[in-house]
Amino acid sequence: MIPAQFEYARPSSVQEAVRALAEAGEDAKVLAGGQSLIPMLRMRLAVPSTVIDLGGVSDMRGVRDDGDALAIGAMTTYADVIRDPMVREHAPLVVQATETVADRQVRHMGTFGGALAHADPAGDMPSVALALDMMFDIEGPGGRRAVPAGEFFVDYFTSALSPDEILVSVRVPKLPGWGTHYEKFNRVAQAWAIVGVAAAVRRSGDTIEKARIALTNMGPTPVRARGVEEALAGAPATAEALASAAARADEGTAPTGDVSASSEYRSYLATVLTRRAVAAAAGIPQDG
Amino acid sequence: MSRISLKVDGVRYDDDVDPRTLLVHHLREHLGKVGTVVGCDTTNCGACTVLMGGKSVKSCTVLAAQADGQEIETVEGLAGKDGSLHPVQQAFHDSHALQCGYCTPGMIMAAVDLLAENPEPTDDEVREGLEGNLCRCTGYQNIVRAVQDAAAVMRAEVPAPRDAGTEPMEGTRGTTSPAAEEVAR
Ligand SMILES: Cc1cc2nc3c(=O)[nH]c(=O)nc-3n(C[C@H](O)[C@H](O)[C@H](O)COP(=O)(O)OP(=O)(O)OC[C@H]3O[C@@H](n4cnc5c(N)ncnc54)[C@H](O)[C@@H]3O)c2cc1C
Repeated sequence: MIPAQFEYARPSSVQEAVRALAEAGEDAKVLAGGQSLIPMLRMRLAVPSTVIDLGGVSDMRGVRDDGDALAIGAMTTYADVIRDPMVREHAPLVVQATETVADRQVRHMGTFGGALAHADPAGDMPSVALALDMMFDIEGPGGRRAVPAGEFFVDYFTSALSPDEILVSVRVPKLPGWGTHYEKFNRVAQAWAIVGVAAAVRRSGDTIEKARIALTNMGPTPVRARGVEEALAGAPATAEALASAAARADEGTAPTGDVSASSEYRSYLATVLTRRAVAAAAGIPQDG
Repeated sequence: MSRISLKVDGVRYDDDVDPRTLLVHHLREHLGKVGTVVGCDTTNCGACTVLMGGKSVKSCTVLAAQADGQEIETVEGLAGKDGSLHPVQQAFHDSHALQCGYCTPGMIMAAVDLLAENPEPTDDEVREGLEGNLCRCTGYQNIVRAVQDAAAVMRAEVPAPRDAGTEPMEGTRGTTSPAAEEVAR
């Protein structure tokens, strides 16, 4: 399986990349780590006229302290995200979820920005971005704009990026005082989530003040479990209160059925995994 | 065509490639590095694993053009000049960590990558570390054993001066042709 022919450009700055993308027109595709795009090229599900490889744009790699947030360059690989001391300190949820993605080889190539731009509903990063309320910095011919995670994911494999735009970096709020956890259910032979839950919870003594919960693979985009969030706000941090809140995890979701799970089973998984994720994030002991 | 320059198993190669060429095809078909095999061709099985810049990658899912300027190490570059096997190769041989052998080049490269980051893994960490590599003969027990044996040998070797098998990639090693070396100079 060999990709169809394409022109290839390797810009060395964001400006050059944006210009190359504009010049190449609608059929151009940006290449980050290639761990989704190259399989699609090989199967000829994607047949771009030009491939613009961001691998040479060194400004888009690495993590920067940005005050209340960390700015993670879109071209930072999964492996570098996991190793980064600032991410480990301020965004442990990102580290925990990234460690579950694929395998070592894919994590050496795959990038943080590519994972988000791809907008795969089964991808782990999109729901983490939603739970942490990340901000996406995007550049196009018209200049820069910032899009919050809640508006970035539009549909299956469709983001707010227009074809002439590049995701440059993503700002991850530091959230001091919040507990976080990613709970994922997958088959052993495949790292892809059947369902995943990203939870961020702020506790004040025996009460849950606020919870942000996002679900992986429960519809065409990652989705916030608003019903659970509502039920948890101000609730006592007990196993009972959590169990009744978590029962609302599938409200407003639209999971599909496939070879791995029926939609009913996904709905059930969402409630169980939400309970586990919030319990771990908020430090609520569970007895089962 | 894209002009690329790679260092493969210590030897530099400058070539013009069609941008759609996958690294594994460039290695096998243009550079004769047939020790690296194509398995599933869908990024799942890891048989085509090589090290790029010292890190394991599936070479069926990297464009040769993306690898421009990088150092690549394949299974053919592991043995010493005198033919002495790398500790991971030796351990796979000793523990019979293969049945049909098709996954072996990728398994060995993935294990080399894992042990460079975690020289003293638990059995679970070995399994987790090799999750990107499939053995359809399901010979995993002996593979885990071999990786643990190699890890022990490599830990014992560390304080001593490095032997030929673990030298950084320099000069000429492996099975590169004299002509290729000529080009490299
Ligand atoms: C074997 C295997 C197992 C996997 N398991 C998992 C898993 O468990 N969980 C999971 O979440 N994912 C998994 N993945 C998917 C993997 O995480 C994605 O392939 C990867 O994250 C995509 O990032 P990339 O840098 O490789 O992007 P690419 O493949 O290069 O690009 C993906 C898409 O995003 C676009 N794009 C990339 N970067 C930008 C940018 N900066 N600006 C604009 N557009 C951009 C590209 O044009 C393309 O359309 C797996 C993949 C494989 C091969």
